Formats: sequence, C-alpha cells, structure tokens
Amino acid sequence: MRYLPHTAEDLREMLEVVGVKSTEDLFGSIPSEVRRDSEIHIEPRSEWRLSREFEEMAAGAPVAFAGAGSCSHCIPAHVTYLASRSEFLTSYTPYQPEISQGTLQAIFEFQTMTAELLGMDIANASMYDGASSLAEAVLMAVRVKKKPKIAVSRLNHPHYLQVLKTYLRPTGFEVTELESLPDGKTDCSALPDDVSALVVQSPNFLGVIEDLKAVAEAAHSKGALLVVSFTEAMAWGLLKNPGSQGADIVSGEGKSFGIPHNFGGPGVGLLTCRKDFVRTLPGRLAGETLDKNGERSFVLTLAAREQHIRREKAVSNICTNSGHNALTAAIYMSTAGKEGLREIAQLNHDKAVYLQKGLENAGFRALFDAPFFNEFVMVAPAGFEKRYETLLDRGFVAGLKLGGFPGYGDPRYKDAYLFCATEAHSREVLDEFFAILKEVA
Amino acid sequence: MTGHPGARGLVFREGLLWERSRKGRVGMSLPERDVPRSELAGDLVGEKPALPELSEVDVVRHFTRLSTWNFGVDTGTYPLGSCTMKYNPKINERLAGLPGFANLHPLTPERGVQGALKLMYELERDLLEITKMHAVSLQPAAGAQGELTGILMIHAYHAHRGRQRHKIIMPATAHGTNPASAALCGYTPVPVQLSPDGIMSPEAVREVMDEDTAGIMVTNPNTLGIFESHIAEIAKIIHEKGGLVYGDGANLNALMGYADIEKMGIDVFHINVHKTLSTPHGGGGPGAGPVVVRDILEPFLPVPRVMKKGDRYELLSDAPLSIGRLHSFFGNFATLVRALAFTRTLGHRLKNVTEAAVLNANYIKARLKGIYNLPFPRASMHECVFNDALQHKGGVTTLDIAKRLIDLGYHPPTVYFPLVVEGALMIEPTETESKADLDGFVEAMKTIAEEAEKNPDEVKNAPQNTLISRPDEVQAARRPILRGDIA
Repeated sequence: MRYLPHTAEDLREMLEVVGVKSTEDLFGSIPSEVRRDSEIHIEPRSEWRLSREFEEMAAGAPVAFAGAGSCSHCIPAHVTYLASRSEFLTSYTPYQPEISQGTLQAIFEFQTMTAELLGMDIANASMYDGASSLAEAVLMAVRVKKKPKIAVSRLNHPHYLQVLKTYLRPTGFEVTELESLPDGKTDCSALPDDVSALVVQSPNFLGVIEDLKAVAEAAHSKGALLVVSFTEAMAWGLLKNPGSQGADIVSGEGKSFGIPHNFGGPGVGLLTCRKDFVRTLPGRLAGETLDKNGERSFVLTLAAREQHIRREKAVSNICTNSGHNALTAAIYMSTAGKEGLREIAQLNHDKAVYLQKGLENAGFRALFDAPFFNEFVMVAPAGFEKRYETLLDRGFVAGLKLGGFPGYGDPRYKDAYLFCATEAHSREVLDEFFAILKEVA
Repeated sequence: MTGHPGARGLVFREGLLWERSRKGRVGMSLPERDVPRSELAGDLVGEKPALPELSEVDVVRHFTRLSTWNFGVDTGTYPLGSCTMKYNPKINERLAGLPGFANLHPLTPERGVQGALKLMYELERDLLEITKMHAVSLQPAAGAQGELTGILMIHAYHAHRGRQRHKIIMPATAHGTNPASAALCGYTPVPVQLSPDGIMSPEAVREVMDEDTAGIMVTNPNTLGIFESHIAEIAKIIHEKGGLVYGDGANLNALMGYADIEKMGIDVFHINVHKTLSTPHGGGGPGAGPVVVRDILEPFLPVPRVMKKGDRYELLSDAPLSIGRLHSFFGNFATLVRALAFTRTLGHRLKNVTEAAVLNANYIKARLKGIYNLPFPRASMHECVFNDALQHKGGVTTLDIAKRLIDLGYHPPTVYFPLVVEGALMIEPTETESKADLDGFVEAMKTIAEEAEKNPDEVKNAPQNTLISRPDEVQAARRPILRGDIA
C-alpha cells in the first residue's frame, strides 16, 4: 500500500524472525481494558479525490488590505523552490552535525542576518511565532531582572497580549497595562517602579511608529529592560532598528520574509537580545567551531540552557521551533539584500500612503496624525459597515474592523478600521478597490 | 548495489552567504514603483541593514549546496528514536500550498474563510476518532507547546476547584520537555521509581501521589518503547486523589487502531502531527501539537475554537474558563492541512501504519539482539533501546557507533536518551522502511559491532566520508560564536 512497503512475503519473513504468529501478537502488552473496541472510522481517499476535496475547501482568498500580524508580500519563486528541497524539508533538528551542516549553516546565517536587521547582538534559531516569541522574551526579562512585575503597552497586538497572559497566568507575575496617548503612541509616564520589563510594540498595533529612544529612556530610568515587539519585520528595512535605540530584547514575527499568510500559521518568531543575556535566551542556537581536521563547522550549542539537558531547570520548554521558516526567511533576506530590502520597505510605505489618500478621498479620515510604516487607522464614513460586506463579496478585505476587536471596545474605535498596503498591492488593484468603494457607496 | 549505501561523492565547498556578496547586487526583481514616493521623517529612517548583496544565481547555488550537506528522510533511513521520522508524502505539500490556503489572511471575516474552518473542523473530528477523546484544540504550535497547553489546563482546573497543587509526578522515562513544561507552570516534578521491567508500577505511583500533587505526565509507550501496561490503574490512583493525567502523545504512532486513549484514563493528550501524521519537520519545525481532552477539561481548552452551527463554521472566543490564547492566530494551519491529508489518505488503514511501525521495531530488535546489549528486554512497541555495553572492550562508545553509521549511509538513532539507559541507542524505524532497508541498517550495525572488536579505530575515527567530522562542541560552548560578520 502506498506508504507501507511490506508485501505479504515480507510480513511472513519478518514475523518469523520476531518469533510471533501475527502482527496482532505484537500488541500483547496493551491490556484489554485499554484496547480500542472499534475500527477507525475514517474513509481512505485516492490522491485525486483528496485533491478535489481540498481544492473545494481552498476556495480562493480575497485581496487583504489588512495586516495586523500578517501582511501580504511578494515571494520570489526561487525562495519557495529552495526551501522546498527535501534535504531541508524532511530532516529533523540537527542533532548530528556531520550530516546537518546545511541546516546548521543556514541557521547561523539566519541568526546573523536577523541580529543585523534588528541591530541586536545575537538571535536564536527562531520561535513558533511572534506571540510566543514575545511571551518568551518577557519570561527572559524576568529571569534577568528577577522582579515579577511587567509593564506592557496596550498598543501591543491584542493577540500577543492574550498569549502573554496565558503564559504568565500560573506564574502570578503582575502585569501593568500602559494606556495610549492621543497621538496613538504609548504613554510611558505611568511606568511603575520595580518592573523587570517594559514591553512596547513598534510600529504598534495601530500602525504608529513609537519613539523607541524615549521609551528606552523611560524603561532604563526605572531599571527595567526594554522589550520591543513587532509584527511587521519589513519595517526594519526602513526604520531605525530597535537595537540602535536602546532595546535590550527584541521579539517579533518574521513571516513577511517569504512566508505566505497560511491563514495565520505557521510564521516564524524572531528573538534577539544583548549578548550578556545569552545564557537566559530560550531556543536553539547554532554556533561556529572547528572540526577535528580544522575545518569551519557549525553545531547546536549552549545546550545547557535547554530542556533535554536541564529538564525542569531549562530556560524554556521549547524544542521544535520554526526552523524551516527561519531558513525561508534567511533565503528571502539574502535575496532582497541590503539595497532590495530598503527599496521594498520604502515601497510599502509609499503604497500605504497612496491607500490612505484614496480612503480620504472616499470620506474616511485618519484617526492619528502620526508617522506610520504600512498600517494605519481610518475612521469610516457612516454606513461603511454594510459596504464592508459588499466589498468582501467583491473579493476585498477592506481593513480590520477595530470595533469589537479584543481591547478595542472604546467608542472612539467604533467605526475605526486598521488598513495595510504593501508592495504586493499594485496600483491597479488599489485603484480597482477605490473604484468599487465608490460604486458601492 | 553492493555494500552500504554511504559512498563518497561530489561534495562542494561553500562559504558563508556574505562571502559571495558584491556591492550593488539584488537577487530578485523589485515590484514596480507605480505610486509616488513618500518620505518618512528623517529621524525615523535608519541605516540600511547590512544584508549580503547577491544575485539570484548566487542565492540558488548557495542554498542548493547547503542542502546537499543535509540528510533527510528522502535521503535515506532515519531511525531517530522518539522522533518518528517517517516518509513525508508529496501530495501533502501540494495541498498545503493551494493558493486558497496560502494566501488566506487570518483576519478575513468568518464567512470568507468557511473552507479553512471546515478543514480545521474535519481534522478535529479525525483526531478525536483516532484517540477516542471528547474535544480538541488545534492551536498549539508544537508538541512542547501542546504539553504546556495541557499543563496550563490542569493548572486552571485545580485553580477553578479552589485549591492549587504544587507537584507533578514525572517518570524517568518522560520526554525532556515534560519537566520543563511543568516547571513553566510552577510545578515541581516528583520522580517515580521505574520497575526492573522498564515501566511504572501502581505501587510506586501510589507511594508518591498525594493531595498536593496536580497529576502525572505519562509517555505511553514510554521512551524505552515499552507500553505502560498499568496505565489504567495508575490513572485511577491519580484520579482518586483529585489529580489529572497528562498523556504525552509523541509516541502515538505505536497506538493507532489499538489503544483507546480515554480508556487509559488520560485527561489531556497532545499529538505531534509532525511525527505521527507525517508533516515534515523542516530541520527544526514548524510542527503542530493539537491537544485532545476528556469532557471535564473541555471548558479549559484554548480559544478561539472552531464550532459548527448547521452548515456554517464559527470561531468561538467566549469561554470563561479557557486558559486563553496560545498562538498569534489559530495555530500552524499549513501544517494541519498536511496532517488532514495524511489521515484522509490512510483512513482506517492508520491501524496498518501502527502495525508496520511496531513490526519494524521488533524486527530490528530481534536481529540485533545479542550483537548489541538490550537493557530492558520487555516487549517493544514502535522503538527499541540498545546500548554500547558489549562494545566497550575496544573502547567504542555509543557516539562512535552513531558516527560510523553515517559513513555507512544511515542517519544515527537517538543517542544517550532516554537518560535511564547509559549509552542509549534508541532506534525507531517507522512504518515506511521496507524490509530491504531494515536489513541494510541491521547489516551496517553488525559491521560496526565487528569493527568495534577487530578494528576499533575505524569506528572511533568516523565519520570519514562527510564534509566535516567531529566538530569541537566544547569549544563552541566555551567561546560561543553565534553570528558572522557580514560587513
């Protein structure tokens, strides 16, 4: 049968070597009281029927003018092609360095480029996604500072804050939420004393670029670490990186680098820090060394931090991460390169400004007069809610409706929508969207 | 072909990415600038990140060469114990890449994502059918996050009942992530004595179980590859004192069609889809670690949950006892697509998967018995554990055996794990290895055993055929070099 290679003759010979009469006899150690009493009721499908059923479920994706943690980006064909090579795809965590140098060197290159992008000393080999990366960043800050209090900006992605709370709930750590200022930035004036970390996202959930230098000063003046989170890695192709502005730990989502939406997952969590925190950094690390013949080699290193060595004393329980997507991101970063990434990032900003102008012409108004990268909040004209549905029927996700989104119950967000445009939205598509917007008014 | 599959071949040298870099190259066509440029304020704009500057051909050659230094399941036999490195079907990749899935924005309104929600719902039904449990969450992004989810639910359950507990029972045959997941929730792991036959006895569990203990974390079959035959009684002991049973499902490949997870008395159980359900591991992930639960834990499942109302699918977020959210969105959807493709290809034949996996492990065990030492000779399920005790005379260790296997064309088994066996060699062939491939592996292991006796240096100097050999891991940890110098 398809993935099962044994013929009847193989089975007979093998059972004889094992010394049993039938395969059933191999399960004698499972007592009857825990035996399954029925067959598995799932009908097998041929490849072609399976394809038909899945194609039916994959019924087409609308054009999304929404980001909020998952932005549309162009993916060069060779990025996907290279990442699909089965030597990368079908290998395990690189425990045996002699036959895993491909993965190990690629991780080392990923770590190097990620650290460079964010202006930080070191990066790990990735986390599950941006949200879990933030949770681990905060746990790490507490390990460094040893104070069980954390301050978080309310302008972090609401889902990331929810994941953080899930991770922190059993620890009993105290979380203070910082409010936003009228300009859409975080108000750090109420930062309490005695916190291990101040957690700020930039550009924040509402798209506004935070003044990280001022935020870092506020954190450091209270003896706290600044943890910077982000959902749009592309922003760092253009903006001043967090490391140059005083961030101590930087975590975020890297799926913008060659990884499609995939209905939200998997992405790739990026996690970087200052080098003095390396022994509290969770996750895998690839390091450079020499082999017995003096050749440059790469190995997984500093395993003493990890669960398979220290068990309950490990800095985290993470084992599987998002290695293959880290590889994809590395291929993407090296493909765009220094000049390409700047140009793509600039294009993101340009498209977003173009979208904002088009929306203004259609009667929307910007909620904040603040600089943004590729996302921004607009207050919709009366009656837009119905048009939003019509636009969806016409193949467009016209932004993310903020009213009702977790954490945005405030009346000022009632008719507010978070929009995103990127290099993946051609002028043609943007103009078509404006035309339909007018048509359904 | 004669001899072992490992052979000398054409191995290219390849430097670091940035050693190919030349100022001014870009490896992709940039999207058209079809709108006016809008400058951001100068004080917001930073230096360009010093990424390497390469052509597309540079990038393609670089990563293609790197790939040739890797061993994957498509390369050959990969009997890495407890990792279940089975063949990854190609159709699954095509289906996960369907544009309607790949390009679907996660915050598209529900009525625009009915197909994706249906897929998740269908996979949930299959996982419940395979395990016989009551409810499920697909959200955890990996097995270890599934464990964390399970322990968070146990924590929330005790909190809801009004009294938190502080300890959790941890057999020595647990996966390494188990104690770390428990510690994240503030629980102290309590060890439980292992019987001479390699499993837990109800008496040993009774001795350590008390009303301050939140529950137990059981891997079944355990990491010795042995079924915990007293599981139902052990669960009863835990339940009687108000505790809960966590089942580590990393070894589900040994159970499909044969065991009933609920009847084992397990309250929450995670499934490593990148193991049992064949989704590729990608050199370190992504995986997915759905959890299935018994009815008493359903209210604590993470949100959002997929619900079916009539013929429509909805995402339910309103669950007051839920532990909350664990993923940026709904879990590793693309990985879950592959998992459903696997369950739907095999269907009820998943039972045959388990049969072949267990037969293959027992076949290897029978053929290597006496040549390698078998510390726990009890009946094996889908993996078996040997050690290097018989090879010590010539000074050959488990590590040497592993490295020599590489020269002979096989990925080594898991080594030095589980910790309860000194010098462990944990072999898990999986169901997709043919008899011929298993025989090849057995012959290679026999060759090494002979060499260990007659020519131990051959083994100790291995591998000889690889790009690099025996990298200095001590130096790597003592003076860590964790990034290169692009500029």
